[in-house]
Amino acid sequence: MITLTVNGSERQFDGDPTLPLLWYLRDALGQTGTKFGCGMALCGACTVHIDGQATRSCVTPVAAAAGKQVTTIEGLSPDGQHPLQKAWQELNVAQCGYCQPGQIMQAAWLLKTKPNPSDADIDEMMSGNLCRCGTYTRIRAAIKQAAAQGETK
Amino acid sequence: MKRSPADQLIIVNDSRRGFLRGFGAGSLVLAFGGGALARLVHAQEKKEEAPKYGGEGMPHGLRDDPHLFVEIAADGTVSIVCIRAEMGQGVRTSVAMVIADELGADWARVKVKQAPGDEPKYGNQNTDGSRSLRQSFAALRRAGAAARTMLEAAAAAAWAVDVAEVKTGVHEVVHAKSGRKMTFGELAAKAAALPAPKADTLKLKAPAEFRYIGKGKTNLIDGADIVAGRAQYGIDAHLPGTLFAVVARPPVYGGKVASFDAAGADKLPGVVKIVPLDTTPLPSGFRPLGGVAVVADNTGSAIKARAQLKIQWDAGPNASYDSLAYRKQLEAANRKPGKRIRDDGDVDKAFAAAAKKVSADYYVPHLAHATMEPPAALAQFKDGRCEVWACTQAPQAAREEVAKALGLDADKVTINVTLLGGGFGRKSKPDFIVEAALLSRQLGKPVKVTWTREDDLVNDYFHAVAHSHFEAALDKSGKVSGWLHRIAAPSIGSTFGPDPKHEGSFELGMGITDLPFAIPNVRLENPEAAAHTRIGWFRSVYNIPHAFAIQSFVAELAHAAGRDHKDFLLELLGPDRAVDSKLADGVEPWNYGEDPAKYPIDTARWRRVIETVTKEAGWGRKLAKGRGLGLAAHRSFVTYTAVVCEVEVGDDGTIVIPRVDIAVDCGPQINPERVRSQMEGSVIQGIGLARYGEVSFKEGRAEQTNFHQFQILRMNEAPREIRVHLVAHEDFSQPLGGVGEPGLPPVAPAFVNALFAATGKRVRELPIRGQLKPATAEKAA
Repeated sequence: MITLTVNGSERQFDGDPTLPLLWYLRDALGQTGTKFGCGMALCGACTVHIDGQATRSCVTPVAAAAGKQVTTIEGLSPDGQHPLQKAWQELNVAQCGYCQPGQIMQAAWLLKTKPNPSDADIDEMMSGNLCRCGTYTRIRAAIKQAAAQGETK
Repeated sequence: MKRSPADQLIIVNDSRRGFLRGFGAGSLVLAFGGGALARLVHAQEKKEEAPKYGGEGMPHGLRDDPHLFVEIAADGTVSIVCIRAEMGQGVRTSVAMVIADELGADWARVKVKQAPGDEPKYGNQNTDGSRSLRQSFAALRRAGAAARTMLEAAAAAAWAVDVAEVKTGVHEVVHAKSGRKMTFGELAAKAAALPAPKADTLKLKAPAEFRYIGKGKTNLIDGADIVAGRAQYGIDAHLPGTLFAVVARPPVYGGKVASFDAAGADKLPGVVKIVPLDTTPLPSGFRPLGGVAVVADNTGSAIKARAQLKIQWDAGPNASYDSLAYRKQLEAANRKPGKRIRDDGDVDKAFAAAAKKVSADYYVPHLAHATMEPPAALAQFKDGRCEVWACTQAPQAAREEVAKALGLDADKVTINVTLLGGGFGRKSKPDFIVEAALLSRQLGKPVKVTWTREDDLVNDYFHAVAHSHFEAALDKSGKVSGWLHRIAAPSIGSTFGPDPKHEGSFELGMGITDLPFAIPNVRLENPEAAAHTRIGWFRSVYNIPHAFAIQSFVAELAHAAGRDHKDFLLELLGPDRAVDSKLADGVEPWNYGEDPAKYPIDTARWRRVIETVTKEAGWGRKLAKGRGLGLAAHRSFVTYTAVVCEVEVGDDGTIVIPRVDIAVDCGPQINPERVRSQMEGSVIQGIGLARYGEVSFKEGRAEQTNFHQFQILRMNEAPREIRVHLVAHEDFSQPLGGVGEPGLPPVAPAFVNALFAATGKRVRELPIRGQLKPATAEKAA
């Protein structure tokens, strides 16, 4: 039995401990904001925070999250009003929107570690997150806008 | 249910007539008489059917009945029904803007409901070909205006006054004389009971009265849900008791399971059942590829068990498909004369008299759609009915295919359309939806099928590989006096019927037969190219290789003539006019289903986007060593686009793109903000395809299996700045052009033209990858 905390709720998992966390979150817990894109940590669509650190849930076994705090896009802020979520809406960043939860989770970690990121910081931290629609210029602008507003959690 | 290939082509033509009729084969024929006016003749119906264009020419046509599209609740919430699929182009927002504006609704109180697939009820719902707003704008306006008229009639009746005395404000109807007001919510029930007014009695708003249309200040209707992770895509659909499936499909198109051993896999944790699926004989059309399905209590366990299956494949007729060898075949085909498409003047004479001759070949490989959300669908077969939730661009086609596969009438099948995590044409094909339906019937439970990235890349409906050969004659003054273009590429037709081995008219019409240049001697040929994999349409379709080749070659000719590229390109376009080319017998012009009288090939509009983008980009400005500007333009989906790309190439071949300018003339812009975002996205996707996009085949199999091999542009390599320049149109009665696709075709040629300007190295084959690296660096890499 594996015990972990997802968005503040304690969960117990008694299935295959090698199961990628992604599928536990999506298929068992119904937390579908975390997306499947590649299964090989190549695209970042599945990014969650484990004990505060951005992690690719598609290659993270559930066992690796034992005793840890998992935060998904659904738990990033209680009301969907994290500064990044606000900036994303104000700049209409999304096209299809599918990669954006992963982008936002990655960007949230970026702002935690570098509250005022340079372009080079953004490139370094965000280039693991793919967007097929091509919203990168707006993602960059939204990160800067959120950073300028400060108060990033 | 088995159907012959010929039967299949007719079925496909029936459901996708607007798109596929350009094949000029099967049950549909285009006939022409008198100038550029096309007359559509449905060979199996009346010979003298009036021509139908735009939305009216699509299967099931257009509807404008307000009862279908507008629902107002007693609390005043306005629900607008969107019948097209949202895949990032913003259609749910834009459709709602149009209706809300004509209705007089307050945007803050507007919600959007997604219609299920039901074309007999809603009219055509197909979401591809950049046609949703282009073809339905007028009908949506009528629906909104009709609903407003009904609210006004209900208010006038309630106040017992002449309807001419009442007027709609914002979310309310006002009687100015008495100062009385009633809200939409108060009027809703009475208004809904009224018949819809006749279309010709409607008073549409003047553009000056628009509050949303053309303003670009409306936030995305799904924006809050997307950033909170609440937005529901096909892959997110769920019902109580859902089982989760992945399928091992034949890795070679046309292959099938020879034998398989599930021992071991079926005992793994979470696995519920292992189910063989029938393989569709070639050509497979919209039907599934077959294989072996693994059904489990979660997707991860199904993926793990699938890897344990021992399957012997019978690879079938395409077992030896090899991209290197195939490229040589295309090159060989293009060395000889091929099927004649167009022959103006006397090309041979022009070459004999040429002061200078230029020749070049261009190559664009197969591409994969690689939507970030791979194909996925949930189906529930129960009590003789099937209900589906899927990310589909073509819900009616999905409905018909599911019905056929299950032997049901279409009215027993419901297709609920979720958001699409990218579409790009992949999700027009409902094969993955049929898989879910078949498995649900077999398991007796709701089943969700998810394609992994490997499945998506290996079993895509691939964008066609294409090879172009050009020869041009320049006269003494450096003008182009002769133009020979041979294009060889497998046809999408091969997926739906006997392989035509030549591009269809609608494929050639994407840049080849609609060539706008004023050159006296032109010969266009289309040598044979057979298909050896499942070919499908990808965003902007054959415009990609055609524009890449033509717009690269024009830059090469300008260089050979010692001329400025922009001046040379404008000169090639010649005087402002509607282009009307004579084509060979059996080849019809293709105008994206639109009336050529309303949507001519207009060289003035070509010119305007080129002039706009070069002016805005500072064409001709001095740049530091290693930097260059490149230009390209194109017309597709009856929209005109031009791109100037600025590049900086390091000594080691590293490419940086400081800035891209793109000008677009798509007629009046309903939602300029989304037009800009589509152009930005097209630029980034186009740069990515040019740099890295390739699916190659070896022993029949696609060699790229995930994003480490099929690379998508990443943020660090994206253009630093993209400037979108919209050609203004104030008159909203003018025809609309497409938006979702036309941004893409000119991007790659503008990019390679810029690389040439920066380095003097000409890239003639895509992807670019390390072609600019110095020879030593390439070896080291």
